[in-house]
Amino acid sequence: MGRFVDLTLNGFTYGVIYAAVALGLVLIWRATRIVNFAQGALATLTTYIAVSLLDRSVNYWLAFAGALFAGLVIGALTERVFIRPLYGKPDLNPIVVSIGLLILVESIAGAIWGSGDRGFEPAFSQIGISVGKTHLEFSHFDVFVLASVLVLMVGILVLFRWTNLGLRMRASAFAPEVARLLGVRVGRILTTGWALATFAGALAGLLVAPKVLLSPNMMDPILVYGFAAAVLGGLDSPLGALVGGIVTGLGISYVGGYMGSSMETVGAAVLLIVVLSIRPEGIFSRPSARRV
Amino acid sequence: MKLPRWLRLPTQPLLRHLLLAVAGGLVLYVITLSVSQYDNLELAEIGWYAIAIAGLSVLTGVNGQISLGHGAFMAVGAYSAGLMMEHFDLPLIVPVLVAVGAAAVIGGLVGLPATRLKGPYLAGVTLALAFAVQDLPNKFSSLFNGDQGIIVNPPTPPGTVPAERWLAWITLFGAVVGMVILANFLRSRFGRSLRAVRDDEIAASAAGLNPARLRVLTFAVSAAAAGLAGGLFALWSGIVSPDSFSLFLSIQLLAGMVIGGSGSLIGAWWGALALVYIPEWTQNVSGHFNLSAGVKANMQNAVFGLLIIVIMMLAPSGIQGWLRSLWSAIGRLARRSKGDSDQAVAPLTSTPSPERISP
Repeated sequence: MGRFVDLTLNGFTYGVIYAAVALGLVLIWRATRIVNFAQGALATLTTYIAVSLLDRSVNYWLAFAGALFAGLVIGALTERVFIRPLYGKPDLNPIVVSIGLLILVESIAGAIWGSGDRGFEPAFSQIGISVGKTHLEFSHFDVFVLASVLVLMVGILVLFRWTNLGLRMRASAFAPEVARLLGVRVGRILTTGWALATFAGALAGLLVAPKVLLSPNMMDPILVYGFAAAVLGGLDSPLGALVGGIVTGLGISYVGGYMGSSMETVGAAVLLIVVLSIRPEGIFSRPSARRV
Repeated sequence: MKLPRWLRLPTQPLLRHLLLAVAGGLVLYVITLSVSQYDNLELAEIGWYAIAIAGLSVLTGVNGQISLGHGAFMAVGAYSAGLMMEHFDLPLIVPVLVAVGAAAVIGGLVGLPATRLKGPYLAGVTLALAFAVQDLPNKFSSLFNGDQGIIVNPPTPPGTVPAERWLAWITLFGAVVGMVILANFLRSRFGRSLRAVRDDEIAASAAGLNPARLRVLTFAVSAAAAGLAGGLFALWSGIVSPDSFSLFLSIQLLAGMVIGGSGSLIGAWWGALALVYIPEWTQNVSGHFNLSAGVKANMQNAVFGLLIIVIMMLAPSGIQGWLRSLWSAIGRLARRSKGDSDQAVAPLTSTPSPERISP
């Protein structure tokens, strides 16, 4: 029973990290109908930026904020340089470009910081909390993980619901042509969407790096789990990303705990195939009619 | 450009493809005789790369689906061929055919969700598969021997043929036969249906085609080609282990397809050449500069990533598309020199714009 509780807590923490990755994928999908497979690699890059700052003995939280800010900038640049020329081209082109970007960014990270593993200092203690006599696999750092993803989610929600920028973002995603006629600078909005998405990814990178070791391809499996989470939630819904992330996190944790950690990726693949076969539009999206 | 009648290839597909294959096979045969044993090993590598890329190319270029995990289907092929050869003493063709069959079955299963899905979803599923296939051998290590992998004995050459040359013959023969089958497949009613589904799914289903069934079938055919590549790979490398089938292999295959030109079987050969010689070339170049070990180690991946991006942005139809437009430009020049009478009809015969990933 104790093991089940630990696996559940562990799955929950990882789940919200997957949710942050999924949120990034969802933001980009909503804005540009592109799945950004380079999201994980970009997050690795921003995490390395944090490490570099820490190595130069910058204050921990300043380095944390620096990496998040780098995420905004890198996301905006990626959209401007690599993605904008591809709008209106066949759907497959941006997928292929994002894969090219994935391997390019990971090899640049490897060239600068080396291909080996290295540790990443957590913000808070990673030693499990004891409640009464029972020791839980749930640390202060895990509390921080939950809180920061929650803040991110609420922030995005507030942005979309109650701000002018959010309204413009929704309008650009819903009807780009009409939005453009009404004076929305759609191009700029799309860049903002990519910046926010990479910001979310950067947060995920910072949160996961202390739990797994930091290496250029640290985020590869996390991206797959994040994608599974996003698909489960319907790729279109930020709330779906959160729920999808937690479900995926729990599922992967149970599979890893009871069947061996080598089954985690297999579990993700099976989950994806099953979800997409049964309910391809995800749990939170409505099936869309195809236009003839 | 119109060639004289006796120089043109026959229009009957099977005849045409066989003729091309025999011609290509002869050229390859002469090359294998005249180059070093090391070069023969590289030719063998080109062979299995080419058929793997061709399979991916059929899926992406002709059917408009994408797989980011085609290395996984190669793994299925390589492991089934390796296991067959480990446990039974059979003629070489049997394990290779089993590799093709096993990959086709797995491909069909993975392709099942593809009946209702397009592009990005499938890309994600196949990406997940690329990771899963690396972990499975560890889970069932009594069967697959975990990280150690399965040792495959190299095929024994007849008579005085050197082992390397024999290996090159086997893989190149397998690749060329696979290509002929794929080429015929693409020219058949089936291939036309695939293109129809790719270009306009709703119109195609209104015309009585079943897009769902066609998609699954294409996935199976594409995976079968990758399985063949896997079987040949097992013979070539002598060992089948999870390391060989990393995500990077799948990305390399994707890069090869993009470089050669997706949807084109000849382009698959250009792509295979690029996959074999670009790493060698980057290694040579980086050897001339005083680079740190970290930069050197990551150079090859960076070059592939950069090539994928640049080609997709500037010339998405790859080398083969570029050759094609060169060919038609020569044709236009030739017509212009003949006089104005031909020019009036030129727009009708102009080739379609190469601005698509799928020509």
